[in-house]
Amino acid sequence: MKSAVVVFPASNCDRDAAVALEQMTGNKPHMVWHADSEVPDVDLIVLPGGFSYGDYLRCGAMASQSRVMADIKDKADKGALVLGICNGFQVLTETHLLPGALIRNAGLKFVCRPVGLEVVETQSSFTRKYSHGQRVVFPVAHGEGNYIADEETLDRLEGEGRVVFRYAKGESPNGSARDIAGIINEKRNVLGLMPHPERVCDPLLGGTDGRALFESLIEALT
Amino acid sequence: MTAITTKIVRDHGLNEAEYEKIRSLLGREPNLVELGVFSVMWSEHCSYKSTRAHLKKLPTKAPWVLQGPGENAGVVDIGDGDAVVFKMESHNHPSFIEPYQGAATGVGGIMRDVFTMGARPVAMLNSLRFGEPSHPKTRHLVSGVVSGIGGYGNCMGVPTVGGEVNFHRSYNGNILVNAMCVGLARRDNIFLSAAKGAGNPVVYVGSKTGRDGIHGATMASAEFNEDSEEKRPTVQVGDPFTEKLLLEACLELMATDAIIAIQDMGAAGLTSSSSEMADKGGAGIVIDLDKVPQREINMTAYDMMLSESQERMLAVLKPGREAEAERIFRKWELDFAVIGVTTDTHRLIVKHKGEVVADMPVNALSDAAPVYERPFVKRAPATGTPSFDASRPVMESLLKILAAPDMCSKRWVWEQYDQSVMADTVQMPGGDAAVVRVHGSNKGLAMSTDVTPRYCRADPYEGAKQAVAECWRNLTAVGARPLAVTDCLNYGNPEKPEIMGEIVAGIEGLGEACRALDFPIVSGNCSLYNETQGEGILPTPTIGGVGLLKDVNRMATIAFKREGDAIVLIGEPKGHLGQSVYLRVVEGKEEGAAPPVDLAVEKKNGDFVRGLIEKGRIDTVHDVSDGGLLVAVAEMALSANIGAGVRLKYSLDTFISLLFGEDQGRYVLAVPTDEADRIVADAAKAGVYAQQLGYTGGLSEREGPVLHGVGIPPIALTKLRAAHEGWLPTYMKA
Repeated sequence: MKSAVVVFPASNCDRDAAVALEQMTGNKPHMVWHADSEVPDVDLIVLPGGFSYGDYLRCGAMASQSRVMADIKDKADKGALVLGICNGFQVLTETHLLPGALIRNAGLKFVCRPVGLEVVETQSSFTRKYSHGQRVVFPVAHGEGNYIADEETLDRLEGEGRVVFRYAKGESPNGSARDIAGIINEKRNVLGLMPHPERVCDPLLGGTDGRALFESLIEALT
Repeated sequence: MTAITTKIVRDHGLNEAEYEKIRSLLGREPNLVELGVFSVMWSEHCSYKSTRAHLKKLPTKAPWVLQGPGENAGVVDIGDGDAVVFKMESHNHPSFIEPYQGAATGVGGIMRDVFTMGARPVAMLNSLRFGEPSHPKTRHLVSGVVSGIGGYGNCMGVPTVGGEVNFHRSYNGNILVNAMCVGLARRDNIFLSAAKGAGNPVVYVGSKTGRDGIHGATMASAEFNEDSEEKRPTVQVGDPFTEKLLLEACLELMATDAIIAIQDMGAAGLTSSSSEMADKGGAGIVIDLDKVPQREINMTAYDMMLSESQERMLAVLKPGREAEAERIFRKWELDFAVIGVTTDTHRLIVKHKGEVVADMPVNALSDAAPVYERPFVKRAPATGTPSFDASRPVMESLLKILAAPDMCSKRWVWEQYDQSVMADTVQMPGGDAAVVRVHGSNKGLAMSTDVTPRYCRADPYEGAKQAVAECWRNLTAVGARPLAVTDCLNYGNPEKPEIMGEIVAGIEGLGEACRALDFPIVSGNCSLYNETQGEGILPTPTIGGVGLLKDVNRMATIAFKREGDAIVLIGEPKGHLGQSVYLRVVEGKEEGAAPPVDLAVEKKNGDFVRGLIEKGRIDTVHDVSDGGLLVAVAEMALSANIGAGVRLKYSLDTFISLLFGEDQGRYVLAVPTDEADRIVADAAKAGVYAQQLGYTGGLSEREGPVLHGVGIPPIALTKLRAAHEGWLPTYMKA
């Protein structure tokens, strides 16, 4: 499996994503600079966590205007797999590759802790190796992960099986609508989620629940 | 040009004798720019004029120390060509005036000190001390400081993995924010600040210069008074986004061999970076201020030389490498300008609008800075064992202690920090020391910050020893070999002989402990004048220690792992209650002698425990410190949600002091019973006190895991947890 990790100014989980990808797939991902005009021909494009452009404007808003994003949009439209983690999820909503928006956490504070999640949807290239309803623990680390969308969009997301991860009951760190932690697009090739699967691929780091996400991608792509 | 009056001299924090010295060094009257430069370079913050004579006595060398004090940070060899680079620094005064920006720029400043040496920052710790919770400003300060640390560190993508948060009325008007940064470098690629050689280009990189932070170093060198809030404009404003770019750009440039010397512009900005680099390199430097990237119009030479705008660096490059360096900084969208050149004149010359506006011998700013042998009086240490009510129910006291502001869980704080970014944090906050894996290896760096200021007030010498010993113990408790120390010496006004006495005794105590434990000091800073309206803070020599684990798979944590393990105490319980948390929280007394530290016993016990961890014989260890034995056992139980039963031989009048005494050099282990027997036997052979205390486990049908024991009625962990976890969030919400 060939992958690429996009580096925006002040991305800071780019290395973590690259390490997890290499560990899980055996291949080093291409690191793609935001000002590049295109992403190399790969199976998976990862938009990593961080604070692109300091997130001084709406989170992800500046990054969504980066030169490389035009190519990523194009490739996503053509069916390339795109994974946005944390800040990457925010970039995906800002580029409208995913619906809705991520606003300030309900508690108004940055939250970093392991959070229980329910894998709601396993019919995707990102989650086929999980079992339906499986409980996993991924860490979150964000100040603006409170997912919102209008009721119609939320109903549609649920109706079409596009809510992929949900915070376990009572564990939402941010007040997201319907406890949504991660969603997928209509074509099911673009996934965004706030929790960090790449930080739980190593037992020493507190768990291996993130591995199945990468294993799903490997299986889907071979 | 403005004539220098007595008032102007005084406003710059210089006394008459110092001004006379400046005149004689220059052979003329200084102009205003020069006076400003001298005032910051000779400030306590930059020159260490009160402490320098004493700091010289500290041990700073060991075979593994690659760089001791005097550079931007200390550097220690950790094998395989790797080096750890670290330093702690105070940002006390700015954080009291403007908590968010004060704390944020403290984090930014210490990170620059580490990456300017060629290291990638891999961990942050913060030692924070606030006024009493009931003080009207405390909540606001806690909230602002914690957000500021998180705001900066999280954006940088460096995990914040540890620290301390304490409260005491002596900090009501002068909080302490001590930030420590730990970085990793290759030992053959360390960058220093000595600008050796003439004719080399001096380049300015990073943010533009504005008027923010002018005279910050001078502010940090004076006592606070009621007008301090008016000093808000001297607090800098942080921009972590730019710092992140600066970090990446600097590391990219450092991968080439274009740099001769590099230093961040911290306190006293362009002034200190240019003069210190020239001084260390035995060179001179000429700067043209017209070339300095500027954020505001009509800035004067005085403004630019004294600005403490953040996220800036000064570097000296090899001639002809400017274009290559510029390309890197432009890629990261940062300012880059050649603003001067090194010379062989040993003078700092500053030009502005075609004129020389300052011309000073470089060593006048550094070596010639005043050194004071300030008079000091050593106060007799507090002595005696305070009385206490031996009939108080133990569990009520335990509940009170676990919920006390200094003892409660600091989860509310650390959850606002990204602890796991960089995907190498193998021990998170809440244990004895944080552990971060050396990226791409199985080695681990353990780190901890420690000091018990109430001990230091009672006995500045023993208290300082204890701070070093506790830090060494915390590193040992996870299985690490303690390597070296950075210190942040926070004290009151050194011009008062009693305070100077605390400083002198404190430095002696540090030196004694560091020598005995083979734990040299490689970096640090002093923060003096921590007083408000004449009241000094508790003496607070914060110790930041770093240790090395050969293999992170052999690491101990405080959480019990199994039910039915034997609980073993290492180190003799003598029941020292003086200055204990028990006395403070339960009896409302801050009295008695501080616990003495026997450094030989400390070392022997620690080496024994570390040996057990390294051999894979134990995986569960907690040091016994604040709160004593029962608190240590409770914390181990709470971390695992596994109960514990404690059986101590006692008489009624010694029970409380055995359970809550704060004798030093002690650890609690939990280990399968057959191995426990062998460990107790091995301890006897090694001359180490060891005693089986009880067993892990204990369930109540209705309440789940419980803590219980002889003379200790069972109490559910849920109840202890509610007390331990509840206080801080409840307080912050109120």
